[in-house]
Amino acid sequence: MTIKHILKLCLLLLIFSCASSNVSKIEGKRIAIDDSLKANQAIEDFILPYRLHVNKNMDSIISYAPETYSKSDGELNTAIGNLMADAVYSETNPVFNQRTQKNIDLVLLNHGGIRSIISKGNISIRTAYEIMPFENSVVVVAIKGTQMNDMMEYLSKAKRAHPVSYQLQLTLDQNAAVKSATVHGKPIDINKTYYVATNDYLYNGGDGMTFFHPNEGLYVLNYKIRDVLIDSFKKKDTLNPKQDQRFIKLED
Amino acid sequence: MKRRHFIQKSTAATVLAGVGGLSLQSFSPSKTKKITILHTNDVHSHIDPFGPDDGRNANKGGVARRATLVESIRMENPNTLLLDAGDIFQGTPYFNYYGGELEFKLMSMLKYDVATIGNHDFDNGIDGLYAQVPHAKFEFVSANYDFTNTVMDTHVKPYKIIIKDGIKIGIFGLGIELDGLVNKDMYKETVYHNPIEIAQDMSRILKEEQSCDLVICLSHIGYYYKNSPDKVSDITLARATKDIDLIIGGHTHTFLPKPTIEKNSVGKNVLVNQVGCFGLYLGRIDFYFEPGKKVTAEGASIIV
Repeated sequence: MTIKHILKLCLLLLIFSCASSNVSKIEGKRIAIDDSLKANQAIEDFILPYRLHVNKNMDSIISYAPETYSKSDGELNTAIGNLMADAVYSETNPVFNQRTQKNIDLVLLNHGGIRSIISKGNISIRTAYEIMPFENSVVVVAIKGTQMNDMMEYLSKAKRAHPVSYQLQLTLDQNAAVKSATVHGKPIDINKTYYVATNDYLYNGGDGMTFFHPNEGLYVLNYKIRDVLIDSFKKKDTLNPKQDQRFIKLED
Repeated sequence: MKRRHFIQKSTAATVLAGVGGLSLQSFSPSKTKKITILHTNDVHSHIDPFGPDDGRNANKGGVARRATLVESIRMENPNTLLLDAGDIFQGTPYFNYYGGELEFKLMSMLKYDVATIGNHDFDNGIDGLYAQVPHAKFEFVSANYDFTNTVMDTHVKPYKIIIKDGIKIGIFGLGIELDGLVNKDMYKETVYHNPIEIAQDMSRILKEEQSCDLVICLSHIGYYYKNSPDKVSDITLARATKDIDLIIGGHTHTFLPKPTIEKNSVGKNVLVNQVGCFGLYLGRIDFYFEPGKKVTAEGASIIV
């Protein structure tokens, strides 16, 4: 072999060893993050002031509950559900009215959307997070009286204490069929447009509520249900929600 | 011995040249290289571990513990990447109080390399996301969201190339369709493009034009939709594309005990992985590279 040959060989070797790498083996797994791992102290120290601030704020007392309220307290309406629906009305109607010069006719929420009880004692901001951990916010939908009747049908068949605000009076007969339904004390007018406040989950068909579509308008208030609760709680030293007659079934 | 060594290399190179794969990126002969990919998804502001009384995840999760784990893996292999597949935001009061600042700061402290954007990352609007960008020392990738007419323009790249130990790793991002999932007021002029078409472009660019040794898709389109199997998902993406080695997913909060192995459009293996949500798990994929070694028809051996 001449020097030339050796040089050529070296060049070839150089090129070949620079050839792109190929994956020969792949290993995949998941590793649980649990208390067998020691927390990194620098990270802990960094989080601490944030945690203290959040907890202090979350635990600040904003109202008082004289009793414990649960969504299973009543068949078709409950104190906690009435409190929520009425709070949505009282907190969001001024916002809606200012924007549209119209008023909300009634509020409809869902029974499943009450995620926690209100325990007897002090109410903190954390309470609102427990009742409503989700980010759902209030929308107002303009629907015809015919769809209002569909809503009443839905409520009669659902047989659940879906929260409604005090403007509605829905009475079911002994067979759970709609006996009468009034808004502001007047029967539902099929030619009238009603402004119903609800949450974006139900507007999008959640819990099988199909009566919001089609509609004559949607008003997105960008007001979270949780913030409604916090703002409402802050206005009252003591909550005094009551189960009442707004949605009932007649007994034999 | 030397001669034999040369012949082996020479054969390998011929094969490689035949498929047009000569690259000057990797340059330490006859040494196996190892790239470790660590990943999270849908952490949803879960910074503290779940408390001892939690009904489902008692004493699990926690960023400070994840930091310990990541640190120990980086000690073991410095050629490690840490990735997140989106929905960093929303889920605990930390987000409501600080808007994602703490999430981004902690991810920066853990030295995340790249993240993609999930639908919940728009929860404070695109302006809310933009406001937190200065706190992120990692990069955002999304190839199918066009942010041109939004404040996020230039802050999100379609892909990012990282070279570790001479191995060229291309990472591109994919996001889920926002219409119907996120209020338009929140995402504003963000334009969504079909993930499959974009992924085909991206894998071609990364594999052929950029000659990446490893192509990773960081996806927030969801693992698989059983009730609408035609809906684009990580599984349909894996089957419809080629040249993607690993899809790291999110959105569907799918707890995969181990990565799924799918066949791509040319019959080669693709790994799809997702580690549920809330920082309960860390995903780990190790890729071993042999310089110039002939790859069998079946490709690499996969141990999951």
